[in-house]
Amino acid sequence: MERKKKRLIFRSAVLAILVGTLVFVLIINLNQDRPSLAEGAEAPNFKLDRLDENGAIELNDLEGQGVMINFWATYCEPCKEEMPHMQELYEEYEDQGIEIIAVSVDKNEFVINNFYNSLGLTFPSVHDRNETVMESYEIVPLPTSYFINPDGTIERIVKGPLTLERLDEYFQEILPEA
Amino acid sequence: MSNKTVKCECGHVNHEGTVLCEACGKPISGNQHIDGNDQNDVLEMRYEGSARRSKTYKRTIVDKTWGFFSSVKVGVWLIVITLIASSLGTIYPQEQFKNSPLPSSQFYEEEYGLTGKIFYQLGFHNMYDSWWYIVLVALIGISIIIASIDRFVPLRRALKNQSVKRNEIFVKRQRLVSENNTLNDEDLTSLKENLKKKRYKVSEEDGHIMAEKNRFSRWGPYVNHIGLIIILLAAIFRMFDLMHTEEYVWVREGETRVLPNTNQEYYIENTEFIYEEYDSNEEEQFRVALENVENPVPKNFQTNAIIYRSTEDTITGQLPDMEEVTRGQIRLNQPLTFDGFALYQAGTQLESEYRTIGFDLENDEETLGSFEFDTDEAPYSFELEDGLEVEVDNYFPELEFTDNGPSSFSKFPRNPGIIFSIENPETTNVERFFYLQEDVISLSDDNELNLSVSDIDRRSASGISITRDYTLPIFGLGAAIFMIGVVQGLYWYHRRIWIHPTESSYHIGVHTNKNWFGMKKELEEITKDTNVQSFHDQQELK
Repeated sequence: MERKKKRLIFRSAVLAILVGTLVFVLIINLNQDRPSLAEGAEAPNFKLDRLDENGAIELNDLEGQGVMINFWATYCEPCKEEMPHMQELYEEYEDQGIEIIAVSVDKNEFVINNFYNSLGLTFPSVHDRNETVMESYEIVPLPTSYFINPDGTIERIVKGPLTLERLDEYFQEILPEA
Repeated sequence: MSNKTVKCECGHVNHEGTVLCEACGKPISGNQHIDGNDQNDVLEMRYEGSARRSKTYKRTIVDKTWGFFSSVKVGVWLIVITLIASSLGTIYPQEQFKNSPLPSSQFYEEEYGLTGKIFYQLGFHNMYDSWWYIVLVALIGISIIIASIDRFVPLRRALKNQSVKRNEIFVKRQRLVSENNTLNDEDLTSLKENLKKKRYKVSEEDGHIMAEKNRFSRWGPYVNHIGLIIILLAAIFRMFDLMHTEEYVWVREGETRVLPNTNQEYYIENTEFIYEEYDSNEEEQFRVALENVENPVPKNFQTNAIIYRSTEDTITGQLPDMEEVTRGQIRLNQPLTFDGFALYQAGTQLESEYRTIGFDLENDEETLGSFEFDTDEAPYSFELEDGLEVEVDNYFPELEFTDNGPSSFSKFPRNPGIIFSIENPETTNVERFFYLQEDVISLSDDNELNLSVSDIDRRSASGISITRDYTLPIFGLGAAIFMIGVVQGLYWYHRRIWIHPTESSYHIGVHTNKNWFGMKKELEEITKDTNVQSFHDQQELK
């Protein structure tokens, strides 16, 4: 009787450890490809020099403002197409506490500025020369836009281009309370 | 409820399911069916005839599950299924190796047709990371562990508790038997001595003699399984970034890049890329071999690299202060290693990019100056001698023409296009030029200046794979233990000889777990110059 009980406990324990290990491995495997930056997480801080020579811009300094971080490049046609929409809404929302940071992953400042000036864009433009910001934001397709709440958490991640209506909607989501 | 037990005529109480009495070895009547044992056959000696618990108790779910995994049949099926699945996964490349810009949903069908489509739809393009494949391998692991426990415990018990005195039936129904020997004391002494010479451990009880050697050979399979389990554990450790990472980075000559997956702590600078081919003029021994090949044969792909490490915490985006960690040459299969990382030469874009393009500017009479366009700097203008200014209107690193005019396909200067405007000092007209494809064309007919390409400097991009793998020693350990188990089980044989006295004569029964031929030869030497009659092989006679 005693021995039978012991055996049952031993077998249950061994099976529990083995099945537990299997479940653990499956969970790890499932999370392997999942990006660590999800909506609701805190946006990683970064600091890049503004290309308009107005000093540097650091994300943490913008706390209290809703921030759109737009990753783009001059060789990305859809990126360039959404820029005028961003400019249009920037003029409307800038005073209400919305900031846009256009992070270019181009190689040369020449091409960034050339495009930027040709459209007369006014929101801050920065150059991620070493692609370190791009890496920490896990950017795969261009454009990718992060919408950051005034408290520094990620409200929304958009992979791909944005329409004017969508952009307007997303700005409303991160608009600081007046 | 009490455990069912079986009492042998020798008085020993055996567990239910026992095939051969633990003490005297007499077959338990009614239980021999378990291993297909018949009355007059040679005894089935597997697991010493001990009761494998899983074969007898199947009451609770735990017992049933245990019994399922304990089965060798189940284990073999799991291995067969996994083998078939693994081999199917190699028919077409796995997703990460498909090497195509096409998405997988199109790639497999377009490249391989219907079978490719099926391959993709069954999920075989991502087989080795799929949950069901992991479950299969895990089930094999569970089967190995449970089957080993289930066999090792009773076997060890049985071998530990062996008694010298065995039942007559046990001795007579061994495979190699010599019955009714008339032996005198001299014979017995000489037998014992011969056995000891052959490194047998000889024990005696009431005239019964048992000789045994190489029992440890029986543990071979279990040692082997421990090795397998360590290998599986190493595979689990490999899933963690801390133990194993593998990343890839392209770094151009002259460029410094952050090494991915190092928390932006390490940077690599490519100071030079070297590509060499076999040359039959320089190496006479290759002349004949090279005569038959059309394309040049590469000899060396090499990146001369410097590794830096940031010495301060910086905010992402800012370049930190850095110190040199190491420098060296990265060649194919000869990685550069530092701080647990290994950098391998893994890709080449040979001379694929323009580093600088030199230009000469002249009018009809004289040279007005020259300048060099550096694709990394991409300046806005050049100041020439005599205050002549060359403006860069536009620059396209990889020029292509779209509906919207010239644009760039990427940021890499693989096919630069540059538009210059220069004010002619004599006419004060602004003249525009378009550099493309290593040539300069005038953008208006009345240009009086002449811009031409003087020289071109190209550069290569080197693909470096960054790996950190602390699991390799664990894999090595597992493989070593695996091999020890194999050797232990294969090259030594567990041999036993029982000398059983009856009233008038002696029976001798012999058992070995493998290599009966060797056993017979050894018996010849042991029984040499004694009155032991020759052994007959009861299995062979049938």
